[in-house]
Amino acid sequence: MALLEAQALKAYYSVRQGYIQAVDNIDLTLDRDVTLGLAGESGCGKSTLMNALMMNVKPPLHLMGGTIVLDGMVISKMDRTELKKDVWGVLVSLVPQSSLNALMPTMRIIDFIKDVIHHHTAASDSEIVSMARKRFEELNLPVDSLSLYPHELSGGMKQRAVIAVSTLLNPKLLIVDEPTSALDVSTQKQVLRMLVDLRKTGIIESMIFVTHDIAILRQIADRITIMYAGKIAESGPTEDVLFDPKHPYTVSLTSAVVTPEPEVRERGLASIPGEPPDLLDPPEGCRFYPRCTKSMSICRSVEPPLVKSEGTQLVACHIVSGDG
Amino acid sequence: MLLEVKNLTKIFTVGLFKRREIVAVDDVSFDVEPAKFISLVGESGSGKTTTARLILNLLAPTSGEVICEGRDVFGLKGIDELRSYYRSVHGIFQDPYAAYNPLHKIDRVLNQVFNLTGHSEAERDGVVKEALKEVGLRHEDVLGKYPHELSGGQRQRIMVARCYMLRPKLIMADEPISMIDASTKASILRLFSKLRDEYETSVIFITHDLGLAYYVSDEVLIMSKGSIVEKGSPDDIMNRPQHAYTRKLREDIPLFYRKWPGF
Repeated sequence: MALLEAQALKAYYSVRQGYIQAVDNIDLTLDRDVTLGLAGESGCGKSTLMNALMMNVKPPLHLMGGTIVLDGMVISKMDRTELKKDVWGVLVSLVPQSSLNALMPTMRIIDFIKDVIHHHTAASDSEIVSMARKRFEELNLPVDSLSLYPHELSGGMKQRAVIAVSTLLNPKLLIVDEPTSALDVSTQKQVLRMLVDLRKTGIIESMIFVTHDIAILRQIADRITIMYAGKIAESGPTEDVLFDPKHPYTVSLTSAVVTPEPEVRERGLASIPGEPPDLLDPPEGCRFYPRCTKSMSICRSVEPPLVKSEGTQLVACHIVSGDG
Repeated sequence: MLLEVKNLTKIFTVGLFKRREIVAVDDVSFDVEPAKFISLVGESGSGKTTTARLILNLLAPTSGEVICEGRDVFGLKGIDELRSYYRSVHGIFQDPYAAYNPLHKIDRVLNQVFNLTGHSEAERDGVVKEALKEVGLRHEDVLGKYPHELSGGQRQRIMVARCYMLRPKLIMADEPISMIDASTKASILRLFSKLRDEYETSVIFITHDLGLAYYVSDEVLIMSKGSIVEKGSPDDIMNRPQHAYTRKLREDIPLFYRKWPGF
């Protein structure tokens, strides 16, 4: 049984002018012992999808439809009280963007940990302290930092502390949203190493890593899902998606990767013309067609379904499904 | 020589009672010739931004000089001399929000450029639209809007468009495209290269992204703890790095075609 299965998921923001269709009819399956990378341009609905997947929906965000099954539980039917008690922090943890600032500036790290963990378990203070010390040791984090205040930690150390706190209760699924975009490359690598260790040591089962940096996903993801304008464009094993992309958008995205490598230098720098559509009023048919170099007449009117391609990937494109 | 930076040093004194000195920029020297793209690469806290602010005369140095076309930048007197300096050397900063007046529409920040250029009234509309097109913006998406209605990436692009209209001799750009999506970064950088090739504009591009610097630069300077630890052609820096810090920086960049060992 898959760890997470979402079907026909729709999550819209209600605004004065109507609905922003940030997550529109998405099916997503995540197996156990997998790191899934979720990529796409900013504003494509990546972060909204992550919040919706763990049922962290608060107005103006609304769940408009769909079911989510996490570890056998239908969490899309649960209310906030049940979610807080049985799901969040215990089954799934989310490290949101800008979580560098999630620590309380007036509390020592260990006091913050006690405060958070008391919400979830009946463990005593001393039990929590020994739990935290053991976990910091396991993850090669300096145990001394537990008695420091957030401002005494470097950015990378803060981010690693936040992730360690989020996974203290061994959630089966960890979702991290752009955890390294504010960090230098060397600090970034330490954070990525820690995320890899979290899975190797079995503290977490699976992970979803959200980023627009494809090179990072190449390093840590087993599978990649590419999102465009609130929908999934392509999904499959990392190597296949990156080196044999089927969707025209994935082709553009992978050829816009700028890494200092001879192969990239040879092919030159490419970029995708135009901008993603306004999700208040997305184009009919395929949402990518206004920017697509291969668009056909069917793309303007009929939405392409997400279907299996001749390779291993699922792809939502009329060229791949052989229509038109 | 367009710009000479000579033994530039900036020491900040911090703390009210326990006074402490922080050497932000430590004896930095480099030259900028016309039509050269120079990247200054380093981690946060390495002194890159302080160097930029010194070059733009926004901070006074503790010691050292910046000479632009033979004139001592820190000796510039009066509004006219400064204005003529900023006509040659144009700064773009990481968060351009501060560069906008929130009460005025985007159009104003673009039209202000015409106070410095010689465009006639009739040309102006076309010049603005062309510049916006060059940075990948549709004019109908941004003109008539207020700064807060645009994304960080759009605001950064408008600053680049402004620079394109101004055609300065030197662009001092501090992380100018950090908020722009990876997929469009390359096209914005190409615009700087185009200015270099067509109008002999020089660029000092400050970034922590050695990968980007590798593609666009004529010369790369690596900065660490206030000092320039290594300088060379992009190929030398990537393929034959001499300094331990440069080697570490290169190893920590995630690559596309190669996987890190142990990951």
